[in-house]
Amino acid sequence: MTYEFLVASAIGVLVAGGIFLALRARTFQVVLGLTLFSYAVNLFLFASGRLVLNRPPIWNAAVTQYTDPLPQALVLTAIVITFGMTALVVILSLRSFLETGSDHVDGDHVPSDAQDGIVDRGGQGGQA
Amino acid sequence: MTLADHLPIVPIAIPALAAPLALLAMRRRQGWGTGIALVSCLAMLVCALALLAQANTGAITAYQLGDWPAPFGIVLVVDRLAAMMLVLAAVLALIALLHAVITRADRKGWHFHPLFQFQLMGLNGAFLTGDLFNLFVFFEVLLIASYGLMLHGQGPARLKAGVQYVVVNLVGSSVFLIALGLLYALTGTLNMADMGLRVAEVAPADQGLLRIAGLLLVSVFALKAAVAPLHLWLVRTYAVTTPAVAALFAIMTKVGVYALIRVVPQVFGDGAGAAAWVPAPFLLPAAMVTAGIGFAGVFVARSLSEQAAYAVVGSTGTLLIAVAGWQAQALGAALYYLVHSTLAAAALFLVADVVARRRGGFGDSAAPGPDFAGRSAVGLLFMLAAIATTGLPPLSGFIGKLMILKSVTALPDWGWAWGVILGTTLIGVIGFARVGSAVFWKQVPDLTAASAPATRADLAAPVIALVLLGALSAGAGWASAYANAAAAQVLDPARSAAVVLQERAR
Repeated sequence: MTYEFLVASAIGVLVAGGIFLALRARTFQVVLGLTLFSYAVNLFLFASGRLVLNRPPIWNAAVTQYTDPLPQALVLTAIVITFGMTALVVILSLRSFLETGSDHVDGDHVPSDAQDGIVDRGGQGGQA
Repeated sequence: MTLADHLPIVPIAIPALAAPLALLAMRRRQGWGTGIALVSCLAMLVCALALLAQANTGAITAYQLGDWPAPFGIVLVVDRLAAMMLVLAAVLALIALLHAVITRADRKGWHFHPLFQFQLMGLNGAFLTGDLFNLFVFFEVLLIASYGLMLHGQGPARLKAGVQYVVVNLVGSSVFLIALGLLYALTGTLNMADMGLRVAEVAPADQGLLRIAGLLLVSVFALKAAVAPLHLWLVRTYAVTTPAVAALFAIMTKVGVYALIRVVPQVFGDGAGAAAWVPAPFLLPAAMVTAGIGFAGVFVARSLSEQAAYAVVGSTGTLLIAVAGWQAQALGAALYYLVHSTLAAAALFLVADVVARRRGGFGDSAAPGPDFAGRSAVGLLFMLAAIATTGLPPLSGFIGKLMILKSVTALPDWGWAWGVILGTTLIGVIGFARVGSAVFWKQVPDLTAASAPATRADLAAPVIALVLLGALSAGAGWASAYANAAAAQVLDPARSAAVVLQERAR
């Protein structure tokens, strides 16, 4: 087992889980799915500079081999943006739930599936 | 380095400064925010026109941010296409802002003006940047601002559509990042010009990855441009957005088209191996389906704003039919049509708002309602906007479509393209005639008119948009010559690469 395999499978599992959850009909699951997906993207971006061990990204007199610093800067930007966007989508889903009384992504009152594990409150969520 | 050399950064710097300034000033008085926003938009227009004059000589200007040399630092590139888009954005922003101020739509929430400025900053940045990751960042800036603007005024319908809009665009941004990661891993650069040179050196074993990266990137741009089958988010979002904001959003789909036109010839040109002209086999069918869906939507729309939103989809389809061949003449026609269709869509959204404001509870629904003040004047505006959108003479849509029809004859599948463009025009005309006759001719007699607005000032913004369309039609010779020159410049990436990657001249 190499590091490449470990990182690649981690990214793959995160993407698969993220896409599955993002395709669900309830906003909370979609938010979780987007979060998993963005973790996977950040890991992927980090790995795009190639995986190396024990090498500094910035200049150091003692070493001759460096890791690529640019993906780390890119990941930092991506993390900040995703973090802000996740916060926005959480608030937006909450607001939409409070205004429409439904946490369905279409804002419709759809009875919960048993597999969702949500007790259907008959669309009265807004008044709760 | 003189002050004029810093001109390329100004369209980004003005809104970046105006937004926080407006935010602070509006805490004291709302009017100050309006004043700052108007001054900022005017300054942007002046600056964009100066850049247009500079680019019109055929010069490509590269501006190195922080004076870092090109492949390492971020560059802004001003060529004919970028300057044209800057002018279009500034003009559209002025019209939308004027309408928002006149109809007091900017008072329905707290942060209209700062968000509007940030949106413009994202737009201008996306048009100017010569760096792919920077393009992603400016896409995010304009999207984040658009989330705020889209939800401006609130209400359940807007929130429902807002959740979908945000989720779709978040997925799009993630896919964009994956494509960027792949491209960086393969080429070791994010500068577009540099990447265009380095894709030729990608190892044969990595050609598949390169192709995947290209396709992912193109799908993201297609999502932003609302190309079928990625168009589903647009109509619901645009139809419920505040119309003044929707008028500005008319240019947001064009940002996707712009990115496609900019990136594909530069990065995925002839030298890109397996990824050469990577969207070419898919773009023409997708564009034709998009045009069909858009104008079918115009035909069945239930309200004026929904109809305008479908018209945006349809015109993007028509536009991409011309882009799909990547030939200079067709691309020139597409660029002319791009300017026209943006202004026409904005005019439609604004007319829809004018109708909705006068009909009280009937809103802009495509059903007969009470008589309302200024019905014939508004009806005339609607007719002109519809003529422009469908492409009937004498407005610029006719010239744009004529140029597209003429130029696509060079493509192998031009019969299909002609059939789709002419067929969708006919469907569009019937759709607009149906809605127009319901709203402006028929009336329910025993209903009293809603209280009429005190002035006719809210007609100003749509009139300006239509006058500009008339001007685009009258100045078609100059405009199409400019568009053709811009297309030739875009399709010759070696020249801009030479300018961007030059040794430091100063």
